[in-house]
Amino acid sequence: MSSDIILKVEDVGKQYRLGLVGTGTLSHDLNRWWNKAIGKGDPYLKIGESNDRSEKGNSDYVWAINNINFEVKRGEVLGIIGKNGAGKSTLLKILSRVTGPTTGQIKTNGRIASLLEVGTGFHPEMTGRENIYLNGAILGMTKAEINSKIDEIVDFSGCLRYVDTPVKRYSSGMKVRLAFAVAAHLEPDILVIDEVLAVGDAEFQKKAIGKMQDISNSDGRTVLFVSHNMAAVKSLCTRTIVLNNGNMAFNGSTEEAVEFYLKNEANTSAAFYDNKEVKENSDVISIALLDKNKELSGVFGFEDTVSVSIKFKISDAKLINNPLLGIRISDQLERNIFTNQKSLKDINTKAGVNEINVEIPNSLLVPNTYYVTIGFHIRNQEVIRSLKKIVSFKIEETGTEFHNYRSKDFGCVIVNCKWKTQE
Amino acid sequence: MKTAEEHWLYIISSKKKLINFNFKEIWRYRDLLFLFVKRDIITLYKQTILGPLWYLIQPLFTSLIFTLIFNNLADIPTGDNVPSFLFNLAGITSWNYFKECLVGTSDTFKKNENIFGKVYFPRVIMPMSVVVSNLLKFAIQLIVLIGFYLYFIWFAEPSYAISPQLNFALFPLLVLLMALLGLGLGMIISSMTTKYRDLTFLVQFGVQLLMYGSAVMYPMSYFRDKLPNYYWLIEWNPIAIIVESFRTMVFGIGDLDIHKLIYATIVSCIIFLIGLVIFNKTEKSFIDTI
Repeated sequence: MSSDIILKVEDVGKQYRLGLVGTGTLSHDLNRWWNKAIGKGDPYLKIGESNDRSEKGNSDYVWAINNINFEVKRGEVLGIIGKNGAGKSTLLKILSRVTGPTTGQIKTNGRIASLLEVGTGFHPEMTGRENIYLNGAILGMTKAEINSKIDEIVDFSGCLRYVDTPVKRYSSGMKVRLAFAVAAHLEPDILVIDEVLAVGDAEFQKKAIGKMQDISNSDGRTVLFVSHNMAAVKSLCTRTIVLNNGNMAFNGSTEEAVEFYLKNEANTSAAFYDNKEVKENSDVISIALLDKNKELSGVFGFEDTVSVSIKFKISDAKLINNPLLGIRISDQLERNIFTNQKSLKDINTKAGVNEINVEIPNSLLVPNTYYVTIGFHIRNQEVIRSLKKIVSFKIEETGTEFHNYRSKDFGCVIVNCKWKTQE
Repeated sequence: MKTAEEHWLYIISSKKKLINFNFKEIWRYRDLLFLFVKRDIITLYKQTILGPLWYLIQPLFTSLIFTLIFNNLADIPTGDNVPSFLFNLAGITSWNYFKECLVGTSDTFKKNENIFGKVYFPRVIMPMSVVVSNLLKFAIQLIVLIGFYLYFIWFAEPSYAISPQLNFALFPLLVLLMALLGLGLGMIISSMTTKYRDLTFLVQFGVQLLMYGSAVMYPMSYFRDKLPNYYWLIEWNPIAIIVESFRTMVFGIGDLDIHKLIYATIVSCIIFLIGLVIFNKTEKSFIDTI
């Protein structure tokens, strides 16, 4: 039924002017006004380009987001993911009415409250309690509403002891707790959340995620959730949108969206190596990291298998000496995670060009960036080719058991030990 | 059912309407208004020694200096029966309210960039809260004025035969006019400063200049006698009319010019409305230009 749709975004676009805003705007304003006066459209709306941060453009105007269309049903938790600068924040800003769209419109059937950044409007000189009232009112609560919830809010924040102390004496963590506590007790029809989970300690993050699940599950509230934390998106969202350079690249189930995003986000140039000076008889020719669809990729989910595809050639004369091909994985802290090698005899190599796949087991490497080192040698005789940290890949947090403890170093690999109670 | 399908609570659109006030929404946020007022009052004099006494010190010393310079040194008459100090204090008290409203609201967007960039609430709440919290300051200064007023009637030698007129009942109207004028001008300026910062500098000394053109330290009649060619500058300045009317009411000197007061009312309302429209237009997208 159509009344189930609580939010409808139609053709929304937002154009920004690059460079120094303020210089030359008067002439642009006049030009714009003139074109409007003689009945033409805005001349600057046409020349906008898509918003690719890394490329040099021709125009001063860019579309931060363009042609965004989607609908949200009541009670849905919609995830919005995308690279830095893909337009997520711009979209949320428009949704929360901080700034207006350049084109298109948004229709809504409920009050939207946003948590673009927690603690907005906190005044350091005022006490925690006074700030709860002020912050709550800024977010759209009435005094009566706050009155009825103040105990709950203080309780949730865990700052009871400090509640009558000026906020400037708070630790930064306490400020965040207090701010999130206020926000979590908002009761808008649509809640917009941007990256709040990046703050607070593990205990509080868990509490925050739990609270958000409560909000969306039991109360039937609609939530729009923007995050880089794939694990959080996966555990919270029923549907997810992927933005890319201001355009909507994907709209569908969260599983697929995360997969799409990982593939999309991958900087594949780091995942491929092409040897430019291949030696005459034996050498490594190229190295590529492949995903399960045999496509080049630089980013993998925790449960995905990373395939290292090594193309090399070997001459008859050398093959007799039983050369070894080795692979080593190391992380950013220069820690070697493991080394694995095989003699070419064991993998049925023939003289000439060969291509082999080395599969790194899935659900093993802790989400992080890793480097692959390739060694090709004959023991005690000759190093045919040694390529240190030649390609790299990233394991994205897609729901390991430890994703709530992000900041902690809990090792390089995740293993499943056998736990047994002694009879 | 056709209408039910297209019924939305509100629509965020790229199209700009000239007048687009949602008074219901502003009403819903009334608690926020008072919390902002409370915040202003609580935090203004935190960690100062004299605290709210500053509210008193500033007008008293200004009046003292004015009396010294303009009345004792420059010999500007303040009417037969009115002590110069009281004359200046009355002028400054009323002028101050207008000035505080204007200056306080003229940097609304710039000062609140942080909050405005994060959450939505009717932006007009912010300048309105400034006007309301200034009302408290105004009230305190008014009490001081009343104190000195009584002193001059009962204890001063020789005593002064001043008494407020009946039309003192119009006093709330004057306060309203000052608020509307200050708020209206403030909103216009704050909207323009989001794009063109020059106005910030203009406000700083413009307010100073305006004070000299607003009959704060001289009666309008004196100006007319001395500089008849430039009198129109003062005569049609609504804030001068308000200040002069205020003194007329309090001291019972001269006659209240009802026509001028009506004129001032109309101008104030127009400026306020223009301010609202411009403010409303700016609030939608100022965050991109500031």
